[in-house]
Amino acid sequence: MARMVTTRNKVISTAAAWLVGFLIFFPILWMVLASFKTELEAFAIPPSFLFFHWTTENYVTVQERSDYFHHALNSIIIAGGSTLIAMLIAIPAAWSMAFSPTKRTKDVLLWMLSTKMMPPVGVLVPIYLIYRSFGLLDTRAGLIFILCLGNLPIVIWMLFTYFKEIPKDILEAARMDGATIGRELIYVLTPMAVPGLASTLLLNLILAWNEAFWTLNLSTLEAAPLTVFIASYSSPEGLFWAKLSAASTLAIAPILVLGWFSQRQLVRGLTFGAVK
Amino acid sequence: MATQQTQLLARTLLTPAVALLFIWMIVPLALTIYFATLHYNLLDPGSESFVGLENFRYFLTDPAFLASLQNTLVLVGSVLAITIILGVPLALLLDQQVVGLSIVRLMVIAPFFVMPTVSALVWKNLLMHPVSGLFAWIAHLFGLPAIDWFNEAPLFSVILIISWQWLPFATLILLTALQSLDEEQKEAAEMDGASAISTFIYITLPHLARPITVVILIETIFLLTVFAEIFVTTGGGPGLQTTNIAFLIYSQALIQYDVGSASAGGLVAVVLANIVAFFLVRIVGRNLEA
Repeated sequence: MARMVTTRNKVISTAAAWLVGFLIFFPILWMVLASFKTELEAFAIPPSFLFFHWTTENYVTVQERSDYFHHALNSIIIAGGSTLIAMLIAIPAAWSMAFSPTKRTKDVLLWMLSTKMMPPVGVLVPIYLIYRSFGLLDTRAGLIFILCLGNLPIVIWMLFTYFKEIPKDILEAARMDGATIGRELIYVLTPMAVPGLASTLLLNLILAWNEAFWTLNLSTLEAAPLTVFIASYSSPEGLFWAKLSAASTLAIAPILVLGWFSQRQLVRGLTFGAVK
Repeated sequence: MATQQTQLLARTLLTPAVALLFIWMIVPLALTIYFATLHYNLLDPGSESFVGLENFRYFLTDPAFLASLQNTLVLVGSVLAITIILGVPLALLLDQQVVGLSIVRLMVIAPFFVMPTVSALVWKNLLMHPVSGLFAWIAHLFGLPAIDWFNEAPLFSVILIISWQWLPFATLILLTALQSLDEEQKEAAEMDGASAISTFIYITLPHLARPITVVILIETIFLLTVFAEIFVTTGGGPGLQTTNIAFLIYSQALIQYDVGSASAGGLVAVVLANIVAFFLVRIVGRNLEA
């Protein structure tokens, strides 16, 4: 039953919501606009909002001068690789805890969650020294490994909350019909688990893509993903706003699109199921 | 009713994850504890020696620690206050009938997906630059002097950027909670003649208590270790004005190469985070039973 809403109220709340939404989104919009300006126009006062000389030159320059694709590829490999490996380890674990829970399942889950609470800076020193002695600094493998471990608790948790919602009766019915565990997994469980798997994958891609503690501390050039590449624009001599904006736009565009698709799952994933 | 065989299988499936997380938790932490008791500087190799609790004494009595602890608390507290005080009305607004709500939602949630280094640099340069930033131009329009944000109010500037990143998170969670609020309860209150304000105080706000707690705890976990935003904007300065504990430990480890002292600091950070984690795990755990 919908509440009665007068037209006037609707107009006011619509206007207010659009205004606030626009203000919050504005820094991103402003960045995208700046990426199509010349360096001079990007820096100009008074600023031009739409009527400037639109150019795509910055996008070309960013690639030519700084090898943007190298870092984008690093981002894809590191975020993708760490997420996939985390999924491979997490799916069996979450499946086992959701479908064959024991007395200790709850404790195991909470313990896993608590490992996520450890501030990365608390273990920066040993990780850095271990990486240095094993030659893992500034390698993709090193970053994949650490991001995978960092996100593993979230992946397990998300999968667990999704798997738990799959009705157990269906599995028992399949078992009665003589399905083996392998068949049960492939024909019964997988189709029902696909939405949960997809949103877990998506959220963790986003988290890994934007991770900016380990990537900044453990990579410099060879394995540097986009977070580190963008950070290199912070040097005082590099005040190239239009190019910074172009590089930034490219760096956030794919993840913004993925993020918009996964916004509903985001709440559930980041609150470990506490808010749905 | 599980047979022994499936139990064994379940345990086998769980083992890799548990083992990995266990190693991930124990090994670095044990090493941090070990390093924290050593005099160990990477610039002075071969001089490692056991010094007991000397590093803790050094780290905890270092004026930089107190300054960074204070900055950390101010940063976490301010961002929490800003995101919740703005997040509640924003979530209430988005819970109204709004034309084109899905687009507004997209605009509001967008900052959360922007990588920290991008948002920090875009704010620092395009918006907050004292001469050519948009804010300076707006101030000029109103005849006000431009603010040199990162010199006059460095910590506040960092807080502003981080609040922008986390406001969407708070709003989205509060909005999700609002949407699960029983409409009939509100209607009944309205029929009984309750004003909008008392409906908000007696029905909506109590309903939001739990999501607000969740927002506070999760944001705190992340905000205690804010790093990239400080790294690319101020580098902890001017002086120590924007150095938080995470940045202090980083600079001791990777700039001064003082492994012992940085490890002691790392353990202090772990203890701080655990105090928060204790409460968060409790709340999530309670939910697990329901």
